[in-house]
Amino acid sequence: MVDQYLPLWEVFVRSKRGMDHKHCGSVHAADAEQALQYARDVYTRRSEGNSIWVVEAKHIVASQPDDQEAFFEPADDKVYRHATFYDVPADVKHM
Amino acid sequence: MTPQDQVVDIDALETEFQERIDAEKKIEPKDWMPEAYRRTLIRQISQHAHSEVVGQLPEGNWITRAPSLRRKAILLAKVQDEAGHGLYLYSAAETLGSSREQMVDDLHAGKAKYSSIFNYPTLSWADIPAIGWLVDGAAIVNQVALCRTSYGPYSRAMIRVCKEESFHARQGFEGMLALARGNEAQKKMCQDAINRYWWPALMMFGPSDADSPNSAQSMKWKIKRFSNDELRQKFVDQTVPQIEYLGMEVPDADCKWNEERGHYDIGEMPWEEFFAVIKGHGPCNHERLQARQKAHDEGNWVREAALAYQKKQADKKQSVA
Repeated sequence: MVDQYLPLWEVFVRSKRGMDHKHCGSVHAADAEQALQYARDVYTRRSEGNSIWVVEAKHIVASQPDDQEAFFEPADDKVYRHATFYDVPADVKHM
Repeated sequence: MTPQDQVVDIDALETEFQERIDAEKKIEPKDWMPEAYRRTLIRQISQHAHSEVVGQLPEGNWITRAPSLRRKAILLAKVQDEAGHGLYLYSAAETLGSSREQMVDDLHAGKAKYSSIFNYPTLSWADIPAIGWLVDGAAIVNQVALCRTSYGPYSRAMIRVCKEESFHARQGFEGMLALARGNEAQKKMCQDAINRYWWPALMMFGPSDADSPNSAQSMKWKIKRFSNDELRQKFVDQTVPQIEYLGMEVPDADCKWNEERGHYDIGEMPWEEFFAVIKGHGPCNHERLQARQKAHDEGNWVREAALAYQKKQADKKQSVA
């Protein structure tokens, strides 16, 4: 008997309308349909979601923590992108 | 880079790693981590996952014999939760580069451990609420502490598990209360289950701090946040009054409130039995592994068929395209 194992799928659940899908874990499944059913059984037993995305783990492309500094550095010196950078007199309303 | 530079490099990485932990920042899957940290976590998380999965067996044993439809539906939901908890944890361990195949194979080969508590038999119906209340109760104390563990995926899995566990403990206590308020035979059954599960539940927290060789390093890495004895004490302090509420007895003549310490003292634990069960000499070690292996083997055709169906569908799609 050849031992059979199923590929890994990452699972994203939307908890309610208006929210983002959020990563919550993974399941092993033969195909997308089975992955959805398993994800439902594993991650939404108490109505934690009303929409699920599954994607086979091998298709996910991720940034690397080793390059994190260089990769995200361009945003570090641009404090003027934040609203708090600007001094506005306290008596100016609706700002 | 010369080998010497590499040594310096690893030292620097380890320092940076420890600083991140000391600053209470979580470690995430692709971060650099010491090999020993990775190994410790894989061992701990996979043991934890195996415990959830094997933990289904003693309870599953009573699903068909639950005393009412209500209790049966509850027990079925609880056992499904244990399967779910096992899967959350395998999923967390897989982020460390450990494969599901390897973990499952290690369990079946007897190479991986799981919580010894599940090597005790469930002899009467009272064992089922006793497990929910005492065993899951002890697990909750441990798992609440683990919600703050340093490894992100483990911490997130624990938060998810803890949200679901309090149902397990409460349904267990409610079941015990029903027996404690029942007839003489039911009361006796209730006390008997407490007698048999009390010490094994206390031993779920592991050896005493003095005999726990890996604890210091795990505390430094903030994998563990509290020592075994601290967690055990917390469990004893919250559970003894519950036993009294049931009108039952703590099966330990030395268990007394210590005014000075502000905690309950307990008697000497039967460690010899604990280590014998860990080494595989418990009443059900063999039976549990055999049941797991059987379930895995008998599910093989299902996985095979699902993969064959997936391939057929993919081929069909390709020939259309």
